[in-house]
Amino acid sequence: MTHWEGFKSGKWQEEVDVRDFILKNVTPYTGDETFLEGPTEATTKLWDQVMELNKKERDAGGVLDADTKVVSTITSHDPGYLNKELEQIVGFQTDKPFKRALMPYGGIRMAKTALESYGYELDKEVEHIFTEYRKTHNQGVFDVYTPEMRAARHSGIITGLPDAYGRGRIIGDYRRVALYGVDFLMQEKQREFQYIGDGTMTEEVIREREEFSEQYRALKQLKEMALTYGYDISGPAKNAKEAIQWLYFAYLAAIKEQNGAAMSLGRVSTFLDIYIERDIRKGALTEKEAQELVDHFVMKLRLVKFARTPEYNSLYSGDPTWVTESIGGMALDGRTLVTKNSFRFLNTLDNLGPAPEPNLTVLWSIKLPEGFKKYVANMSIKSSAIQYENDDVMRDIYGDDYGIACCVSAMKIGKQMQFFGARVNIAKALLYAINGGVDERIKKQIAPTYAPITSEYLDFDEVMEKYDVMLDWLCELYVNTLNIIHYMHDKYAYEKLEMALHDREILRTMACGIAGLSVAADSLSAIKYAKVKTIRDENGIVVDYEIEGDYPKYGNNDDRVDKIAVDLVKGIMNRIKKHKTYRNAVPTQSVLTITSNVVYGEKTGNTPDGREAGKPFAPGANPMHGRDMKGALASLTTVSKLPYEYSLDGISNTFTVTPKALGREDDVQVNNLVGMLDGYMMKKGHHINVNVLNRDTLLDAMDHPEDYPQLTIRVSGYAVNFIKLTREQQIDVINRTFHESM
Amino acid sequence: MATGRIHSIETFGAVDGPGLRYVVFTQGCNLRCQFCHNPDTWKLANGKEMTVQEIIDDLLDYLPFFQASGGGITVSGGEPLLQIDFLIALFKECKKHGIHTTIDTSGGPFSRRPAFLLKMQELLVYTDLIMLDIKHIDSEQHKVITGLPNEHILDFANYLAENDMPVWIRHVLVPTLSDFDDDLNRLADFLKTLDNIEKIEVLPYHQLGVYKWKNLGLEYKLENVAPPTEERVENAKRILGKALVVVS
Repeated sequence: MTHWEGFKSGKWQEEVDVRDFILKNVTPYTGDETFLEGPTEATTKLWDQVMELNKKERDAGGVLDADTKVVSTITSHDPGYLNKELEQIVGFQTDKPFKRALMPYGGIRMAKTALESYGYELDKEVEHIFTEYRKTHNQGVFDVYTPEMRAARHSGIITGLPDAYGRGRIIGDYRRVALYGVDFLMQEKQREFQYIGDGTMTEEVIREREEFSEQYRALKQLKEMALTYGYDISGPAKNAKEAIQWLYFAYLAAIKEQNGAAMSLGRVSTFLDIYIERDIRKGALTEKEAQELVDHFVMKLRLVKFARTPEYNSLYSGDPTWVTESIGGMALDGRTLVTKNSFRFLNTLDNLGPAPEPNLTVLWSIKLPEGFKKYVANMSIKSSAIQYENDDVMRDIYGDDYGIACCVSAMKIGKQMQFFGARVNIAKALLYAINGGVDERIKKQIAPTYAPITSEYLDFDEVMEKYDVMLDWLCELYVNTLNIIHYMHDKYAYEKLEMALHDREILRTMACGIAGLSVAADSLSAIKYAKVKTIRDENGIVVDYEIEGDYPKYGNNDDRVDKIAVDLVKGIMNRIKKHKTYRNAVPTQSVLTITSNVVYGEKTGNTPDGREAGKPFAPGANPMHGRDMKGALASLTTVSKLPYEYSLDGISNTFTVTPKALGREDDVQVNNLVGMLDGYMMKKGHHINVNVLNRDTLLDAMDHPEDYPQLTIRVSGYAVNFIKLTREQQIDVINRTFHESM
Repeated sequence: MATGRIHSIETFGAVDGPGLRYVVFTQGCNLRCQFCHNPDTWKLANGKEMTVQEIIDDLLDYLPFFQASGGGITVSGGEPLLQIDFLIALFKECKKHGIHTTIDTSGGPFSRRPAFLLKMQELLVYTDLIMLDIKHIDSEQHKVITGLPNEHILDFANYLAENDMPVWIRHVLVPTLSDFDDDLNRLADFLKTLDNIEKIEVLPYHQLGVYKWKNLGLEYKLENVAPPTEERVENAKRILGKALVVVS
């Protein structure tokens, strides 16, 4: 077969096994970046066009165009182009770039509000259909929620639940479409369909058979959609350009069908390198052309857009889509999976300028080639657009063909998916423990009526005892709530195309999460090591705290408090594990807030650590801003103590340093950043966002956004366009700890 | 157990010697530099008492970072040499763990008194690098800036050369005080006579520490002195850079 000519043969030719294909054919690259090419004229022209549209979109208040009538499916729209003559890689979610699609399956109200808040009106007929005839995920969930669940959601002790929007965090193995073509994948589905169940039609068997039929149909639609762009993708891709185009069509079908919170790409750059290497070897492609293909592909990934409500954006600010691409890492056989294409993907930050998407995620191993380490560190310093995750830790668990969904969620590509569960607010849970389940803000009984603390001064043992009981309650409620959500999501908004690009037998995880870790840990530390006096309102509810004396604070590598944080993480994981999960998903946990640390803070009263009501939490696993007093290594060491094995859905840490604090000369800065990353990974830190910038730059960008159209900053497990953040979030980012030097 | 009076610790020093460095700021200084950005480290009585063991226990947590970046420990201040017994004990312990050791000093306490030299000799055994701040080449002017003349400081530089001790020279560039070509050339000429200088760093004066002067109720005399321009910094780097013997 000509499409596979020049590839080393293997098991991958008999059955779907992309990993085998990669390991047999990869060309690891251990050199430096000098081979890279700049943008072609076409690239620059196209990008100028994008920047102009970006500006128009900003001027229009955030949305340039939106479909109000056509419900988005894989085949719902005619082809769309930016500039047909120049685009090497084609395809948009709708018939025009920057036009947002209408996706009501998650919830019609959400779709409607999203349109209205940007001045568009939902088509009456569509609204009628999705209200009267076609039930949505959101409706399903609320049909089943208990009053307790609604109350917990309302008070904000559980927030950000995917009960009105697409859950996302599922990565289709889009590479399969390029390697095998759609026909082969459809045949495989047909073959496997026969083996589902033993003839007894149990609920599970019926569901799986139905899902399989859905998947099969989605693959058919994928082919149809590609045909409208003039490509027949029934067979395997024959060259690099086709491989990128086939793969992108598969991803495009997913984002036409689903408005998931995070629509991640997987781990495609090294896979695609194999095609590029083959073409270059044959003399069919030059380096310049290869870079152009990558630039145009990445440009498309930067233009993924969804219609979302302002409330949603306050949780996940800056319009993120989490087109996360995992780059680098090591193979289990000891070779590196860094290829020239790993460099080309990062080179887009130069060729197109910095941008938050795709969410470039480097799988960092201390064994990565030095040339690559230095190049990435340098790009990080230049762009603040890269995040790093510990391949040495994850490889042991997920092997060498995993990718990151969203921010920090590792999963084996095509073999694993997760039920995204947002997070619970454990700082608020501590206040509930003190107040016997009464919410400190809305003054209502939310948790069961446990005995409150009545003493004037808080006693550590008494607080812990009550906190334990409160966390028991919270974790049980939380898992049950997630069970409902994912049952309904499977039922009413099933990700058929993404799941078609998975194996039949997959591992599902129930991805729980926590927010407010550092606030809770510091509060407990204050109660234990200082004296904390309660201040009550007229009804005896504790609404404020006075701290007498000092206490050890999380973020200073002080075991007295760091251990409290570690115990909290372990304790919550152990509690979550106790409960039965939907589809027997394996429970996991993340310490990640995305940008909801601001919203969580708004919804949480004064805390015993001295944090004022309404003030933001620290993001993810970060220490509270300004409390890490012993410098960055102490802060990083504290976070690295959180045990990944109890938090397999990821531990997010955001690090901001001023360029000068990283070293006086450019090469010293690069060396120090590489050293910092190596050191953090050796200490088993899981994830780190690296920002290298000055506070003054951000302050200036707040006042003159027009001068900073591409200013990118990493906020949690993703990056944002700084000027797209709300003012509160901008201030939050500016108030965070910048590691500076004097 | 030897103890030191410590002002503070910064675990992420990236501008205080090679690689990432654990920086111990000691308390107490015998100079009174007009541009000092840490006047809160002057009085020896302040700060907190820490044992060598306490510091080592903390420091060892960061070994991977030092290994990966080629870093180590830097003792700065204040003036570290005022606590030379503590320094010896600390560095001796660091060397047991293979940690790269650096002292950031103004050389103020140096003298050729036998008792001091004996200690200095021992300290050098455990020291990998000395960063020596020379505030001014002219002794009169040095006195104006720091309150002390500089003969013993220049002698310290000679002493370090005699002992083949690797040295980085630092010079704080303060407009109106230490940014004149004549002085810079004289300093370069002096540095040329030394063959142990690995690097010369020009540190542009800044006002980030002024608030500390105010907090301490001290009068800050350089209120109206702006940081040097980019050109002047480059000029100083060029002039002083001439003193570096390029070894190929």
